[in-house]
This record gives sequence, structure tokens and C-alpha cells, in this order.
Amino acid sequence: MTSTAAPSPASTAAPPEPPARRRWSPSRRMLPYLLVAPALCFELLVHLLPMLGGLYMSLLELTQFYLRDWLNAPLAGVANFSFALDFNSAVGVTLLRSFAVTAGFSVLTVGLSWLLGVFAATLLQRSFRGRAVLRTLFLVPYALPVYTAAMIWKFLLDQDDGMVNATLGGLGLTDGQTFWLLGDNAFLATVATATWRLWPFAFLVLMAGMQSIPHDVYESATVDGAGLWQQFRSITLPMLRPVNQVLVLVLFLWTFNDFNVPYILFDKSVPNAANLLSIHIYNNSFITWNFGLGSAMSTLLLLFLLVVTAGYLAFTSRRMKDA
Amino acid sequence: MIKRSLAAVSLIATLLAGTLTGCAGSAEDPNTITYWASNQGESAEQDMEILHDELAQFTAQTGIKVNVEVIGWSDLLNRILGAATSGVGPDVVNLGNTWAASLQATGAFVPFDDALMQRFGGRDRFLASSMSSTGMAGQVPTSLPLYGLSYGVFYNKKLFAEAGVAPPRTWDEFVAAAERLTDPARNRWGLTVAGASYTENSHFAFMFARWEGVDLITRNGPEFDSPGAVAAVQRYLDLMSTQKVVSPGDAEEGNTSSAAEDFTDGNAAMLIAQNSVIPTLQDNGMSEDAYGVVRLPAPDPLPPGGTPALSHVAGSNIAVFADSPKREQALKLVEFLTSKDIQASLNKKYGTLPVVTDAYDDPAFHTEEDAVFSDVLANYSEPAPMIPTEAHFETTVGSAMRDLFAEIATGRQVTTDDVRAALADAEQKMRGTGG
Amino acid sequence: MPEPRWFRVLRVVGLTLLTMFTVVPLYVMVTSALKPLGAVRDRFQWLPEDLTFQPFMDMWSTIDLADYFINSAVVALGAALVSLTLAILAAYAVSRYRFRGRDGFRIVVLSTQMFPGILFLLPLYLIYATIGRYTGIELYGSQLGLIVTYLTFSLPFAIWMMVGYFDTIPRDLDEAALIDGASPVGALWRVVLPAARPGIAAVGIYAFMTAWGETLFASIMTDSDSRTLAVGLREYSTETSVYWNEVMAASLVVSIPVVIGFLALQRYLAQGLTAGAVK
Repeated sequence: MTSTAAPSPASTAAPPEPPARRRWSPSRRMLPYLLVAPALCFELLVHLLPMLGGLYMSLLELTQFYLRDWLNAPLAGVANFSFALDFNSAVGVTLLRSFAVTAGFSVLTVGLSWLLGVFAATLLQRSFRGRAVLRTLFLVPYALPVYTAAMIWKFLLDQDDGMVNATLGGLGLTDGQTFWLLGDNAFLATVATATWRLWPFAFLVLMAGMQSIPHDVYESATVDGAGLWQQFRSITLPMLRPVNQVLVLVLFLWTFNDFNVPYILFDKSVPNAANLLSIHIYNNSFITWNFGLGSAMSTLLLLFLLVVTAGYLAFTSRRMKDA
Repeated sequence: MIKRSLAAVSLIATLLAGTLTGCAGSAEDPNTITYWASNQGESAEQDMEILHDELAQFTAQTGIKVNVEVIGWSDLLNRILGAATSGVGPDVVNLGNTWAASLQATGAFVPFDDALMQRFGGRDRFLASSMSSTGMAGQVPTSLPLYGLSYGVFYNKKLFAEAGVAPPRTWDEFVAAAERLTDPARNRWGLTVAGASYTENSHFAFMFARWEGVDLITRNGPEFDSPGAVAAVQRYLDLMSTQKVVSPGDAEEGNTSSAAEDFTDGNAAMLIAQNSVIPTLQDNGMSEDAYGVVRLPAPDPLPPGGTPALSHVAGSNIAVFADSPKREQALKLVEFLTSKDIQASLNKKYGTLPVVTDAYDDPAFHTEEDAVFSDVLANYSEPAPMIPTEAHFETTVGSAMRDLFAEIATGRQVTTDDVRAALADAEQKMRGTGG
Repeated sequence: MPEPRWFRVLRVVGLTLLTMFTVVPLYVMVTSALKPLGAVRDRFQWLPEDLTFQPFMDMWSTIDLADYFINSAVVALGAALVSLTLAILAAYAVSRYRFRGRDGFRIVVLSTQMFPGILFLLPLYLIYATIGRYTGIELYGSQLGLIVTYLTFSLPFAIWMMVGYFDTIPRDLDEAALIDGASPVGALWRVVLPAARPGIAAVGIYAFMTAWGETLFASIMTDSDSRTLAVGLREYSTETSVYWNEVMAASLVVSIPVVIGFLALQRYLAQGLTAGAVK
């Protein structure tokens, strides 16, 4: 394992060894490697090796004709990539649209989850009667299996018999005939379902973040005459920045790779407005058995996420240093 | 201290190894084979009960034990894919018969050539139509029919009697009856369809295109936007858009079960479905004498060059993995499951149709309703496109129709040009992905 | 500190809306679980007319619910336990030692979190099949395989969170133990771990939830003996019937232990995540 960790480019930048307190022994040199070895072994087995396999597959013409002996499938070179990115054809256009849908879905879902989370955490920051009950209650959707969560929403949003139409129609707000799971509304349905499941996680993390802000900071602000809103803007938000950095990244990666919510909500037959990239890639590899093309699309997705994450970490880390 | 950390590492190894125990199965026992069965009944549990009884007989006869796993349709193809790719899998497997050509192309299954077919009583013992859906035309099949299905029109006898309508025999009568029985104000509709199910949609596109005398998959690949194909798709969509005999809500229904609910609840007077839906009707509380079945009525006369395809050849097939070291035992199981008595008893329990001619000696398959389905299966069915990319066909055409249904339901006018454009787009997608 | 009136009004209004957003779907779930199938499919009613406990009886025989629950529990607990152990060891090394490749390790590990599951699902399956063929260790279709797979899903963030947490524990604590003659692992065990208890609870829950809910890999890598709840629940809807009431009843029953465990550890989880994030 040592050899795997050592030659990575970042290793040259590793800080110098601190002055040794004791006699230098080889075992001390080996120990950290032994400690990270098991974790690295498993990541190697389950992520890195198969990922290399996936990258290789993206260069193959891998249809059902060659799956059985896939190592000997004919090389397609970059044909799969150029095909997926040919924006003059129906395939490229669909991929592009799917990408746009996914981006919109991620931004909205992460944004809403974060806003609801920060809102609820702020309201529950001060103790009052019933706080513990609400805290508990808000976390329940996160503990449900995703299949259940999506089925509940599918049930609520049913056009004929669903609760949403029954209620809206009953109150006279709509005609009670809205199709929530069809056309462009399908996008809203997906966002609502994903947000319902995800915001409790944001709430939990943010609530914890707020608890660790020392009380006296707020007290001295009050003495200075700052109102609650000013305190929120000048104390709470800046202090939460490190929490937010990790939280937003996690939420973004989860939603961008989300597969389950649309897959369950629409019975595998996902409308274009909710056709997230994972679904799109799944259909292009597992339904139609063209794994070369599917892998090429996944590779593009991976590259995009790497770039975004690197940019995001660089940007947010610098801002945090500046702040 | 190295010892300590080594101890920690080996602790984890032990933890993992601990979970291993009990994982080692009896895989190498030559008298045990593994069989992946498709979900034919109302639940996997019910399937297990039915198969358990039949397979006990098999074990008694041959001494071969069968490890059955019932796999839901949503997972079955993926599981077969994994097994075909890795070579690690069951000995015998069920498959949807529309996948036959696709799976044949993998080369992972034992070909049933004429010599081998002798074991099963020869090709001619099987229904010719069912046999046509076992692989690409002109190639040695790699699967055999097991359970037979076909489409029919279910109608609600009470609603028909109330409206004084006779069961339809032609397409015009069908539409007229549906119109008579539709009353949107009372949420009563002439017909219910699963408009969001791409598989259902593609089946109707296929049948109706045959009525127009066109093939969606031609020798030159997919041709979805020919005038005949456009007319075929429009015939289906018109039921909701211009004839308005289908509830707009059906655009949201993703599978037959939800359409079947509208039928059993009395919200729809007719349902076009395969005979596999019968147990659901009964389970939903509709008694056997409350509904009747007729053949799907084709136009009379048919458009020039058209054929009366009233169903695609539907059903499940069975195949043997070529990698199986227990081919002989596996073939014995296939032999058993396609034998006269077992075909009769299994199909009776599942509400499906036998695929071998001699099993029809059983009077159970001569009820009024089974007579309709078996007649359609034997005489009015054509195989769905037997091409390796059949799934592309279903997803591209079926999804295009789903989207058109959605537009109709949300109040948009869908013109012939819209249909043609959607189908041309679907064709481009299918050609693009190697179809 | 007095709360202004507008804040109290906002709190009441805001929390009421959030409670409705959370509770209404849950209410629908619970009432659906208590209805006969026919009534579930009828037009929605806020106050159900005929209530029955039948779905809670029937759900056990429609699918192998009990087996799936046990499988899920074993897999999720196993994955969480191993992931936690590995994350602690690795995070300790990263937090306390400066070794060549340290930053490389962190970056490689984090980047695995971005791999789309669909990209490596099939290759992973092939690797497991190959391992099975040559060593006899069955990773495909076994709980072991799922544990190995899922533990790596949670490992990247688990390591990052644990590193952050260990960094907040003063070094003096374990250095003092080292000077007293303890081995590094001894110092980790006796000094650092007790101080890091909240973080451990946090990582454990995160790892558990990751394994508990995964469906894509489970749908291909499990057979009837190793199937987990996340995919097993789907069997309530077959081609011909959807047992809505039993799905809801089963989900309710299987979620109760999770919710209880979750709430018991909630306080720790909250503290842990913050500490991990703040660094």
C-alpha cells in the first residue's frame, strides 16, 4: 500500500517531518502507512479498480454482443465520447438537456434544503417548550427508506386520488386536476420529494453548528445593540461557514448523483423534465445494454464533478482564509 | 507497536471473515441446480409456493434438487446481465420473451438446435407463435417458451348491459361502445390505458402498425415515422385526444395494475390487457362473471396490406446458461417444466396459457375466456421485433408515446405533425445508439 | 435576552409550516397503512372511514420482510462498524503523523466520493465474480459483499470527518500518554477515542444510514438470501398489483428501530459533525 500512497503528486508537497522527539525507528515510519492501509485497500478494491475498469469500458464498443467476453470487446476509441457529445444529434441534445435538468435540480434541492435547515435551526436555537419534540420530528423523514419516501410522495401527488389535488381542489385553489407527475411539473415533484428527505440532514448539521457558537458572542452583540437579524448576519452565518463548506458539498454530490427519487417516483418511466443524469446513464447502459456509451457519459459526469469540487474547495477555502 | 497495529488490522480481517461463515453454499453439489424464476403470480411468495409443489415432483423423479429464486421483473434483466457477463449465475433462468433476441446475442445460453429439440418433443410440439419469439428469425433459438400470454379486451358486463351495448367485434364498434360508456362528469370512461408505461405503449404501436401493414423495424433498421406508423400511434393516442374515451388521468398510470384498478372500480368499462391481469381483477374484488373477454377488435376491413395482429406473442421463456457445468441436469428441468402435465398445472395456477399443444387437452383451458386468449395467441399474434436491440425499440417509441399522452392530458393539441416529429426523434435516438 | 415580538410570531408561523411539511406526508403514510387496499386506492380522505390492522399482519407473508430486515440490519451495522474502525485508524494517522503521501491519500479518498455509482457498478460486479471464482470468497450475492461495498461508500467522508474531529483534540493529551510509555495505538485507544466519542457516534450513524438506504448496488448484488430492505420493499409492487397499505405498514415498522437509534444518538451526531466541519 505504501507504494500506492507515496508516488501521488501531492506527496512532494508534504510538510517536513517535525523534529523527532525520540530515537527514529523504522516502525514509527511505517506506522501511519499501516494505519491507512486497510482503508486504502478497500477503496482500491471497491472504488479505484472498478473505476479504472469503467474508464476502460468507456473506450470499448460494449454491447450485448461482447459483454460475455468484455475484455476482448473491440476498441471504440473516443467514439462513445464524440457520440455522447454530438449536440447535433438527438442523443447529444438529450444528454445536454439531462445535464441542465440535473443542474437545476441540484441547485434548487440543495438551496431549499439549506434554507429550510438554517431557518428551522435558527428558530430552534433558543429553548422553548416543545423544542425537543420538534427537533425529533423534523428528523424522521431522513430515517425513512428512500423507497418509502418516494412512494409516499407518489401517492400524495396522484392526479386522480392524491391528497394534494384533493386538498387544493377542495379549497378551491385549483380545479383539483393538476398533473404533478407529468410534463414540467414532474420537475417540481422531484425537487419536493428530494427536499423533503434531505432538508432534515441539513437541519441537523446546521443545528449542531449553531450550538457550538459560544453564547457570549451573542451576548456582547446584544449589549452593542445589534438586533436578532443583525446577529444572524454578522455572527451566525460567518461562524457557520466551515460547517456550510462541507455540508453544501455533501448535499451537492448526493443530489447530483441522485438516482432513486425519480426512478421510484415515476415507475422507471421518467419524464424528460425529471430525467436526471444518473437515470439517463442508467437507461443508456442497463436498459439498452450499451455499456460503452453509458460509461462514457459517466466519465463525463465524473470529470465535471471533479472540476466543480476542486473549484469549490479552492474558492471556499480562500474565502474562509480571507474572512 | 507494529504488533499492536497489526493486531488491529487482523481484527478487522477477522470481523470480515466472521461474516463469511454461512456464505459458502452447496454450489458444487452436482445434484443441485439453481433456477431463477420470473415473478408470474401476485407476489414472489405465492410463486414460491406454486413452484415448490411442482419442483418437489421433479426432485422425486430425478433426484435433482432445485434452488429456486423468484426475481421481480424490475430486477430480472439486470441480474441476467450480471450473470451473462461474469459467468457466475444460475443454471436455468426465465426471461421475458421479448428479450429473447437480445439475450441470444450475448451467446451466454445453450442453443436449442433440432437435435436437442427432440428431447422436448420437437419444435412442432410448441405453439408456432410462441416458438417465433425465442430468438432471431433464422437462427437457432436460445430459449424455449414456458408461459403464454396474449392481449384481449376485458369489458364490464354490468356497465355494458346498462348502456345496452354489445361487446365490440370491430374497431369502429369498439370506439362507438367506448363513447357510449364515457361520462366524464361521473368520472366514467369507456376504456383505461397505462399511458405512462413505455412497454405497454410500444406493444400497441407494434400491433396497430401491423394493422396498417407496416413494420416499425424493417430490414433497414427502425422506421418509426412512416405514414403507417404515424397513423398507428395516432390511433392509440386518439382514444384520449379526439375520441376522449380515456381519462386524461391515465397519462400518469405507469403500469397495468393501476389501469386494472380503474376497471375493477367501475371507473372504466373496458381494459385492454394480457391474461396475466386476471388474478389482479379477482384480487381487487371483481368476480369472474362480472367481466367478459373478447378479442381486440381490428378495423374491418383492415387498411390495405394490414394483418390482424391482435397481440404480440407475449409470455415468458426459459433458457439454460451455456456456462453451467450442470447442463444435463438443467435440461432435465426444462424438459420437466415443458412437459404436458406440468405445463397444464403451472399455467392453470398462474392464469397463463400452455405453450405446448398437448397441454390443451386439459379442459381447464377451454373456458370461454381462455378460448379467446389461446385463440389470439395461436392464430392472431405476431412476434415483437426479434432484434438484439428490442429494448431500444420499446424505450424510444414507448417513451415518445408517453410524452405525447402527457401533452394531451395537460390540454395541448397534438397534431399528426407532432406525432411524426416525436417518432422521427425516437427513430434518430434508436439509430444513434446502435439500433 | 428578550425576544422581540416579530421573532416569536415568525417562530410560531415558521415552525407550524415546517411541521405541516414534515407531518402531512407522514400522516398520509400512517393512515394508508391502516386502510384496506380498496380504500387506499380510493379518493384521498383526511379522516379514514374503516381502519384495520390487517396490513400489519399481511405484510409479513407478502414478502420475506423479516429476513430482509435482518439482512439490512446485519449489512448496515457491519458496514458501519468496519467503516468506523478503518476511518478511526486512517484518521489518526492523518491527524497525528506527517508522512509522505498524506495529502495524496486524503485527496484520493475524497475523490472516490464523486464516482458515479453507475460507472463502477458493472466492473465491481465483475471483480467480485472473479474473486469468487479464484478464491471461493463469495462477495457477489452475499452480505459480506454488501458490507465491503457499503463501507467504502461512507469511508471517504467518515475519514474526513474523523480527521477534523481528531484535530480538535489537543495533541498534548496523547503525547503525554506516549511519554508515559503508551504505544501510539494505546494512546489512540485510551486517550483519543474517549475524547472523540461524539464524533464516533456521528460517523457511525452516517455510515449506517448510507448502507441502510442504498438501492442501486443492492438490486444487482443481492439474491433472495441476502436481499436488503431497500430493494426488498419494492416487491410489494409487482407487475399486477401494488400493495400500498402493506408498503406503508412495513416501512413504518422497519423505520421505528432506526428512528429510535437515530434519536438516541442524535445529540452526539450533531456535536460530531460540527467538530468535524469546523476543524
